[in-house]
Amino acid sequence: MDHFPTNWGNPRSEEVDSYNTYPVASHIGNVPHSVRQIAGYGHTNGHPTSHTQSPVVTGTSVLGLKYKGGVMMAADNLASYGSLARFRDIERLHKVTDFTVLGASGDMSDFQYVKHLLDSQMIKEYNADDGHTLATHNIYEYLWRVMYNRRSKMNPLWNTFVLGGVNKGESFLGAIDLKGTPYQSASIATGFGSHLAQPILRKELEQRGGENNITEEQAVEILKKSMKVLWYRDARSMNKFQLAKITSEGVTISESMSVETEWGFAENIRGYGA
Amino acid sequence: MSLVAAKAHFATIFHFPVSSDHATKSAMRRDDVVYDVSVSTYSPDGRVFQVEYAGKAVENSGTAIGIRVKDGVVLAVEKLIQSKLLVPGANRRIQNVDRHVGIATAGLLADGRHIVKRAREEAQSWRDIYRQPIDGPNIASRVGNYVAAYTLYSSVRPFGSSTIIATMDNTGPKLYMVEPSGLYWGYHGTAIGKGRQVAKTEIEKLNLAEMTCREAVKHAARIIYNVHDDAKDKEFELELSWVCEESKGLHQFVPKDIAAEAEQLAKDALTEDMDDD
Repeated sequence: MDHFPTNWGNPRSEEVDSYNTYPVASHIGNVPHSVRQIAGYGHTNGHPTSHTQSPVVTGTSVLGLKYKGGVMMAADNLASYGSLARFRDIERLHKVTDFTVLGASGDMSDFQYVKHLLDSQMIKEYNADDGHTLATHNIYEYLWRVMYNRRSKMNPLWNTFVLGGVNKGESFLGAIDLKGTPYQSASIATGFGSHLAQPILRKELEQRGGENNITEEQAVEILKKSMKVLWYRDARSMNKFQLAKITSEGVTISESMSVETEWGFAENIRGYGA
Repeated sequence: MSLVAAKAHFATIFHFPVSSDHATKSAMRRDDVVYDVSVSTYSPDGRVFQVEYAGKAVENSGTAIGIRVKDGVVLAVEKLIQSKLLVPGANRRIQNVDRHVGIATAGLLADGRHIVKRAREEAQSWRDIYRQPIDGPNIASRVGNYVAAYTLYSSVRPFGSSTIIATMDNTGPKLYMVEPSGLYWGYHGTAIGKGRQVAKTEIEKLNLAEMTCREAVKHAARIIYNVHDDAKDKEFELELSWVCEESKGLHQFVPKDIAAEAEQLAKDALTEDMDDD
């Protein structure tokens, strides 16, 4: 009986591996050249190395908007499994430090992994206890390196992250995608939001003459309006979302909320299955 | 050729010291073997002298104490100042190992730092594997086993440092002390370094089960001031840390105002004592 499942169904050659060491000891030295020639040699399970080709459990858009004195972010509580609305109580806005929030769209397990990476860094900083803390742009730089490094291994973390924060009175808002592309702006929207919400956010910023002319209350209203549009038109979204507020006072992540919707117009729409 | 003679023979050939000249000569005179140069050799009565010497390094150090009370753990260290030129707060002897774990060391400073470094790695590795904070028994055993490994091989020396581990986990506050032998026990209260005897007696007088960390901080400061020998060691800095409900389960230095109050009370108690004498 061959106890290596990876060998099942494959021809066994006594010529190249007479002691049947492959694949279990394949990474240990003194392996015959002929064994090293076998495809997948060096990988633990004896199969060729495989990389993430697509996300699995996903979150949809994350929005971010600078306003006078802070940054506001929004993301809904849904983690989809394909088109199935599978997990309906997922928090996609994560407090990294007292003054930094990370929002994630894309693969939720990769998001959990990145949370762990960041938390490890924060513990390092905590242990040092030298009076220094990481500012949002420091964390942004780190996250950028992580994302670019992984894309360079042809094994990206399948997310678009939004990082918002306030340090020394300065607001920060930036996004990083799975290719390690950094983008900073007064308004950010990932995924479907970049098509549906970003135009709204930009229009508001333009009409009001920049982020310094937007109050906290107005920022909330603008984001709620954008979340409503996303709920109307993004089939992977949910009318249950959270807002994160970052000011020099610190981070507040709200309870889940929803917006009033009006579906009367749908009566007259024909041709989409109705 | 006896073992010692053989050793001396090879020493002359290869020009390396077997042990100190004095030890070799006196041992040769008694035609005996030296038992205190290696950690991998027992003495005839079953002792490992190198481990005991490591204990001496701890005994001569500034005192460190740990007190476990109902809502947390308090650590306090008498950090003797070697030079007035040192920056205040330098060479810390209480350090963070994780958010919820702190270690106070006594003995060789560098050894203490090395153990703390290892403890940090163990705490992080636990997080990497289980994605949760390491609990009291596990961090204590990881540190204890690491220290113990340095008593087993002739190529290493045991750590000249004892460590007091303070933490809070799901089941409450925990306090451990790890000795150079690698021996570790959980404690209600413990003390290491010069003033350990007096400190332990003082801790025994406390009603730990009813006490809060706020009170324990004051006692800890008082005990450190009490055991400090002004005649022998002039300057010292008091290091005070806690991990408790008030610190939200974080191990951190006691907030400045609370520490200052405790330190002032300790000083006042000391002058009162002197007045009584």
